[in-house]
Amino acid sequence: MQLYPVVTQITAIWTNFLFHTFTTYSTICTRDSNTVYCHINLLSCSYIYQLMSFYINSPLSCAVVVPKWLSVSSGCTLALLRWFSSFHGSLFPHLTVSCMSSEDMLAEFSQVLNWSDCVVRAFAWHPHTDKFAVALLDDSIKIYNPKSATTPTLKHRLQRSVAAVQWKPLCATALAVACQNCLLVWHVDPCSLSTRPSSGCAQVLSHPGHSPITSIAWSPSGSLLVSASPMDTAMMVWDVASESGVPLQRVGGGGVTFLSWSPDGSHVLASTPSALFRVWETRMWTCERWPCVKGRCQSGCWSPDGSRLLFTVQGETVIYALTFTDTPAGVPTCTSKGSQAAAVVADLSETTFNTPDGDIIVGGEIQSLAWDPTGERLAVLLKGDPQAADRPAIIAVFKTRTNPIFELLPCGFVQGEPGTEPRLMQFHPNFQHGALLTVCWSSGRITHMPFYFLSAGVPHFGLSGSPSLPRPQERPADFAKQSLFTELMS
Amino acid sequence: MYLMMTDCSVQVIFWRAVASIAWAVLLLPPITAVFVIISRFSLLHPIQAVSECLSFLTSASAIFSFILLCGVIIMVGFLNLEYYTVIPTIACSKIALLGQLLHPRQFVNSLGHCIMGIIVAWCCAITVGGRYETIADPCAQGDGSPQMCLNEYHLILLLAGAFVGFSHSLLGVIYNMNYVSFHTVQQYKYLRFKGSLSLVLKCSATQALYSVRNYIVVYFFLGKWSLSVHPLDSIAGLLDLSLLYHLWISASFLLFTWHLTLLLFRVFVTEVYSFPVQSSFTEDAHQCLPTVLTDKQPMILKFLALLDLALLSQHSPSRRSEVFSLSQPGGHPHNWNAISKECLSLLADLTQRLIAYHDTVATNGRAKSLSTGSERKTSSESSVPFILSVSPLTAPFTPDLDSPFASPALRRLTAPMDQCSPWFGTVQSPHIMRRVPKLWSTSTGEKSQALFADSQAHIWALEGLSYLVQSSFSEDQFGVVQTALPSILSCMLGLQEAVDRHFKLPHASSKPVRSASSMGDSTHKTLRFALRATLKTSIYRITTTFGNHLNAVKMSAEHRKRLQQFLEYKE
Repeated sequence: MQLYPVVTQITAIWTNFLFHTFTTYSTICTRDSNTVYCHINLLSCSYIYQLMSFYINSPLSCAVVVPKWLSVSSGCTLALLRWFSSFHGSLFPHLTVSCMSSEDMLAEFSQVLNWSDCVVRAFAWHPHTDKFAVALLDDSIKIYNPKSATTPTLKHRLQRSVAAVQWKPLCATALAVACQNCLLVWHVDPCSLSTRPSSGCAQVLSHPGHSPITSIAWSPSGSLLVSASPMDTAMMVWDVASESGVPLQRVGGGGVTFLSWSPDGSHVLASTPSALFRVWETRMWTCERWPCVKGRCQSGCWSPDGSRLLFTVQGETVIYALTFTDTPAGVPTCTSKGSQAAAVVADLSETTFNTPDGDIIVGGEIQSLAWDPTGERLAVLLKGDPQAADRPAIIAVFKTRTNPIFELLPCGFVQGEPGTEPRLMQFHPNFQHGALLTVCWSSGRITHMPFYFLSAGVPHFGLSGSPSLPRPQERPADFAKQSLFTELMS
Repeated sequence: MYLMMTDCSVQVIFWRAVASIAWAVLLLPPITAVFVIISRFSLLHPIQAVSECLSFLTSASAIFSFILLCGVIIMVGFLNLEYYTVIPTIACSKIALLGQLLHPRQFVNSLGHCIMGIIVAWCCAITVGGRYETIADPCAQGDGSPQMCLNEYHLILLLAGAFVGFSHSLLGVIYNMNYVSFHTVQQYKYLRFKGSLSLVLKCSATQALYSVRNYIVVYFFLGKWSLSVHPLDSIAGLLDLSLLYHLWISASFLLFTWHLTLLLFRVFVTEVYSFPVQSSFTEDAHQCLPTVLTDKQPMILKFLALLDLALLSQHSPSRRSEVFSLSQPGGHPHNWNAISKECLSLLADLTQRLIAYHDTVATNGRAKSLSTGSERKTSSESSVPFILSVSPLTAPFTPDLDSPFASPALRRLTAPMDQCSPWFGTVQSPHIMRRVPKLWSTSTGEKSQALFADSQAHIWALEGLSYLVQSSFSEDQFGVVQTALPSILSCMLGLQEAVDRHFKLPHASSKPVRSASSMGDSTHKTLRFALRATLKTSIYRITTTFGNHLNAVKMSAEHRKRLQQFLEYKE
């Protein structure tokens, strides 16, 4: 028990060492093997912005001639090593996350910064209306609705250590809650005047060995729910109405920590506690394996059309991108499945920044990512350093564009009042005047930050997502009511 | 029977069944080898045991018994094909279940399983060897002359095979093992098979354990053989651990091979089949999706067509465009018309069924059996059609008869009087029925299950329609869907109303108890919940897509009110 982690660490170092040698020798473009990342930092055209350096993705125009036998043999060795080390997780998923209590595990893998002492542990906007659910430190969930005077409080004896909440799409009532030992699906009637719905309103979904649940995701069509636990090598796909779950198991990686369903419903990102994540295709539920170089995939988000995945890796300060289109303009792909390697699209390494209040250092590791539904703003929650006063946790906001080519431009920062730090953020799913970012702060305060802009792109029609053009439920009058919860910060 | 049909869509099912049987036969050698090793292995002499196993596996008797086992597997596979159904037969009362068990068809099934059980058990006896190998043993009589006596160890194994085969057949009826359900999560065959394998192993081992326990009890009371040399019908004789172990191992082997055949059959038969939406050749027209959808027989093809419709409407823009296309000479949307008409008639049928059931419940007491319409034909394989009759138990405001507070007089008066079997409710008068005991009683939950037994078809119809309507917003160039939008909406809203009313009945919304670790499929028990959820999601899918444009759609005031609830996200 004691010895094993040490041994893995050595293999991990070995793998990394080999990998680095390999990358320097054959300089990346190994299109035949989809398991290797391309590092394009050196080759990409970079420019320094005032604050941070950004690497704009120039897709893989590199070719350094190496002996073929060298690249092939090193590729094989690497694949073999990877394959062996991947077994560690699935054979000993309990060792990968060894000696962690389930609370620690939730804190480690949650998208919320410092989840354990966070007052607001989870937050979810309803996908169609202006109500939202907030999970609090005392394991209760409150539902706020601007159109209703009542604020229902959800409590259940199984509702402990809430790691995530999410509303079911194409439904007014169902709210899924990831708890320590099970999954709860509440049915809260929006017309009901009751402030304490009984626990009979909640469906309990559980599967042996599938706890604690750290992440959940509804399919955008509202038909399926997936849940993940770092202690379970299988990801569960639930048919909630019939309360039946199908475990989807693959060798390698250990448990599953974070899930994100693409807005068009075609793919699901599933990251594991080890340096490996998967992208599932949801039609026949097959997956692509994506091994990372350094650490596990910490967070990820999808572009609104589901064609591009941005993700971050623990221990690295960059944002990677993967494309999943059939053939996007200009980017050659070998198969229709998607690109063969992830590209770095932004480098957020630490940069000193002069402010009237003194120098602060911004950058470093990334806690979570959020992309607004129009695909024009990307919010990045940077961890910062809680010990150092000049390295606060901060939200960096980028302007993004996905068509015709992917662009990422810095836009600004969101910083809280002195002494508070952002813990959790989410974009409003259908804000009409641009993007609305909701941030939960360490003080327990929740603020909404609107970004007003005219959407440049035409409204997209996802495969299963609803078109955004007709939004009958939102009239400008509703927006005025929102100020009830809105606290503008600049 | 399928071979004689020339329709190649029907042949698909047959060849799928054949492929599943072939795989089951191919998997038999490794399973048998494992069984041989487990049954002969001894901790004290491992090397000797292994060499014995190897020499046995190459012997003539082993090869002969293996051929027999293959024959049994093929037989089990064809019984699966003959008896499977996509619409479960739900017995609403104990007596109806008894009727199912005593049905001649079921009797043939049980007999077949008994005989196959004996054959498998004989192979097991050969495999285990030792004292089990032969039926007759030389034994010395009192006068010293050598004589052949009955070897009861051999006999007990053979009878165990018959018993396990018989109980497997009975449990198959009770747990609806012949019901083939379709999964919400589509997976490739190999992955589905691999995912269920551990469950099958667990089920087989536990079911074998229970069967052997029951068998031992039966044997203890009934197993008196005068010719036996070692009488086993005593407690000491039966508590032989080695005997119990071999019985259990053999029963597990038997059940595992059969369950595996069943699993493979289910996996192969429920695989998605892609029907062409339209064909340029008229002779292929009968294979096209609209034609197969409207065909009544066999039911499995209709289900596969509906599944294909649900998937194409969700995932395949190119096939959707074929649905929305116009016919080349004439310019009629034949494909869309046929598909939407069939889906709407399915949904309307369910609505009618629910309304009729609710009305009979509301009339409180008069035993009026309602035939559930010609649409309710089960597949050619399933036998007993449903006839639902009324129970006063299900009426609203009727006191709970099981509660201790209900007076005996009241209980007698309102004694339940129905069952689901067609042999009773229509023949006997209510006067006789009033005196029947608890055996006849039904629960609303089971009736609800019976009402929604084929709802998988409705779920796909709802999904298919709603996805097609949603994508028509941007993809339908000729506006073919628009013309059907009022009827689709009113059909869905009407069904929504009927379903809402049905779920207000007592017990209709109570969740069934999940039976874990059984090969039987309990999906049908929750179909009504799945239907309710899909219905809501489907209406929301249409309202979120079209939004306020729906105000221009003509519909009744009541439906408009209901639709407004959906537009405001209040349902």
